[in-house]
Amino acid sequence: MSVTPEHPADLNRRTLLRRAAAAGLLVTPAAGLLSACAGSEPSKSDDSGSAKSKDNPFGVKDGSAVKVVVFNGGLGDQWAKEDKVVFNAKHAGVTVNMSSTQKIKTEEQPKMATQPSDLVMNSGADMMDISTLVNEGAIEPLDDLLTAAAWDGEGTVADSLLPGTVDDGTFQGKFYVVNVAYTVWGNWYNGALFTKEGWEPPKTFDEFFALAPKIKAKGIAPYVHDAKHGYYPRWALMATIWKSAGRQVVIDIDNLKENAWKADGVLPALQAWEKLVKDKLLLPGNLDHTQSQQAWLDGKAAFIQVGTWLKNEMAATIPPGFEMKVSDYWSLGAADKAPKDVFAGAGEGLVVPSKAPNKAAAKEFLRAVLSKSGSTKFAELTKSLASTKGSGDGVQDSALATANELMKNAPKDLIKVKFQDFYADLDKESQNLSEELMAGRLSAQQFVDKMQAAADKVAKDSSIKKQTRA
Amino acid sequence: MRHGVARFVTGFLALPVALYLFYVVWPFAQAAGYSLTSWGGYSDKQDFVGLDNYIRLFSDELIRKAFWHNVFFLVTVPLFTIALALFLAFLLNVGGREDRAGIRGIFGSGFYKVIFFFPQVLSLVVIAVMWQQIYRSDGQGLVNGLLMKIGLVDADNPIAFTADPEPFLGVPAVLWWLLLIAVWSGAGFYMVLFSAAMQSIPKDIYEAAILDGASRFHTFFRITLPLLRDTISVAWVYLGFIALDMYALVFVMTPSQGGPNHASEIFASVLNFTAFQKGQFGYACAMGVSLAIFTILLAALQLRITRRERIEY
Repeated sequence: MSVTPEHPADLNRRTLLRRAAAAGLLVTPAAGLLSACAGSEPSKSDDSGSAKSKDNPFGVKDGSAVKVVVFNGGLGDQWAKEDKVVFNAKHAGVTVNMSSTQKIKTEEQPKMATQPSDLVMNSGADMMDISTLVNEGAIEPLDDLLTAAAWDGEGTVADSLLPGTVDDGTFQGKFYVVNVAYTVWGNWYNGALFTKEGWEPPKTFDEFFALAPKIKAKGIAPYVHDAKHGYYPRWALMATIWKSAGRQVVIDIDNLKENAWKADGVLPALQAWEKLVKDKLLLPGNLDHTQSQQAWLDGKAAFIQVGTWLKNEMAATIPPGFEMKVSDYWSLGAADKAPKDVFAGAGEGLVVPSKAPNKAAAKEFLRAVLSKSGSTKFAELTKSLASTKGSGDGVQDSALATANELMKNAPKDLIKVKFQDFYADLDKESQNLSEELMAGRLSAQQFVDKMQAAADKVAKDSSIKKQTRA
Repeated sequence: MRHGVARFVTGFLALPVALYLFYVVWPFAQAAGYSLTSWGGYSDKQDFVGLDNYIRLFSDELIRKAFWHNVFFLVTVPLFTIALALFLAFLLNVGGREDRAGIRGIFGSGFYKVIFFFPQVLSLVVIAVMWQQIYRSDGQGLVNGLLMKIGLVDADNPIAFTADPEPFLGVPAVLWWLLLIAVWSGAGFYMVLFSAAMQSIPKDIYEAAILDGASRFHTFFRITLPLLRDTISVAWVYLGFIALDMYALVFVMTPSQGGPNHASEIFASVLNFTAFQKGQFGYACAMGVSLAIFTILLAALQLRITRRERIEY
């Protein structure tokens, strides 16, 4: 045994290996983060098409290929494969390369500045921020798609769409996003259970608070919600705010108008939810979306608020005899400005990147997606309405039927909240605060104050590009 | 060097070095370049803004919060992981009885080695998903379910685990719960590392010490620990890197990725939000570069502080 001072010259095998390993690991934590930022040089895109006609309004070139990326989430991807069949019936010579993923942003964002796919379904938790895509000019305006003739019906594509669909895809005056699924949000309940117990689904919070003790007496929690994703409770909070305070207040909120969050009607709406939490009407536990939906299916809770994709998302585990029904969000009462407005709209947006090599075929594919035959298949397969009119007419299903019913009785105005799409900071803050309110750690008043402060901060920040709606 | 050897070595190294430069060093350089721009990430419009992004970092409240959370992990992850790994390694190698064959580990040590090492073969995301079930905050969660059955936890008030922002010792509870996973998943590897180092310590040193009447306690602190100094130092650096990352656990396990309400925000989660949600790639790259510089400085400092005379046997 000998004691020797360490000296750079006496590298033995062990120390060499040890140092090499240390040097290699040195870069690991930073490597993933740094390389996430890296891009590459942009390339020229080829958009030359062939002659345009009524049957081929964008001049799709025969023999070309179009790359379509589908988000494989709650709606699955089978409907898109059916659209491929519809598309190829008219354009047999065009190859559709379809892939599906849940990692839209991870896989598509790095290609946006150079060689993007032709058509991208920008959806799910991992979606690309839409206002950034618009601001950066990364996606193509699709106004010519709206004025083109419908694939298999009368009039133009725009004529064949449900109300709100064009609005939902319009940013800064131009139509960018084709939302294929028409979603209706609301409070879901098990029709069979309610009939058996003789319960009437409530229309107002007061009715709900009256019914809640009866539900509790049966050992069922009156309400369950997703406590892991703040945008779930936010839908419910904003719907209540709209019903209570009215359309103009929400528009003011979206437009960052001074003290918009402090307008009449906002606080009482949030206080109704605060009371629901304080009265311990929530199922205990911080469940995520599928866990909470399963708890509801298992009969542990009477109500859950979510959109019409629910049926498809939970299809595998719906117990026999369970009757999925959706009812409108509860309103507050007589003082409400818009108690009957329904939270619905087109979602699951498809976008065409500006640098896509085959934009003509991408637009033509969209025309096929919005066709009668395509959208009927969509409703059949996904148990969710398509944003093309009449897609759900032939479908027998309690979830879809109640959603249809809700839309038939709905006033023209749809509940529509935009600030979270306009400003990422407000998106994050409102999600966090919604979670906090539903966890009972935040009062309605604090929610209002904090949201107002966050909105003021964004309004004052000159580096953030402002958007408005009417 | 002998004639021809240089050419031989160069021939072998050229390709890997070129690949490394292109796929690793070049993206790093690009990121450093982007950090000086206001690039949004989706276009090729990049305005040069100098050091603005770096100056902004210092006044960013969210980054400051994230930084302290990373510092918390930086202190606790290496400390607890190394302590646990050392304890296990000691038991497995020299913790057992002594007999004619010398000092040995406790009974069944080979089996335990495999068990403890097991988390290391799982991907961090798999570990996170698995622990989500363990931490699930209703009766179906492994921990909550068990505790509810034996009546230690009230079904109306389950343990919230990663959805709990209440401070414990001044640090949000969610960070402690994440720490537990990090230590659990890391200890096995370092146990094996320390075991290997311990086995290279000659047994006669222990035997001599025991003959002189040294207890288990003394042999550990007077012989094992000093002779493992180098290995522990390297382990500390590795674990420091893991502590500065922690992204997978935060991303998969916490509400709204960094929540509740920013309670588990770390450098990487803020970076991710800034780049991909806010569309401020330039600023996000500045965060990445700052973290890289911080990491390198830390590693250099750590290795320098612990450098001292080495014993060879």
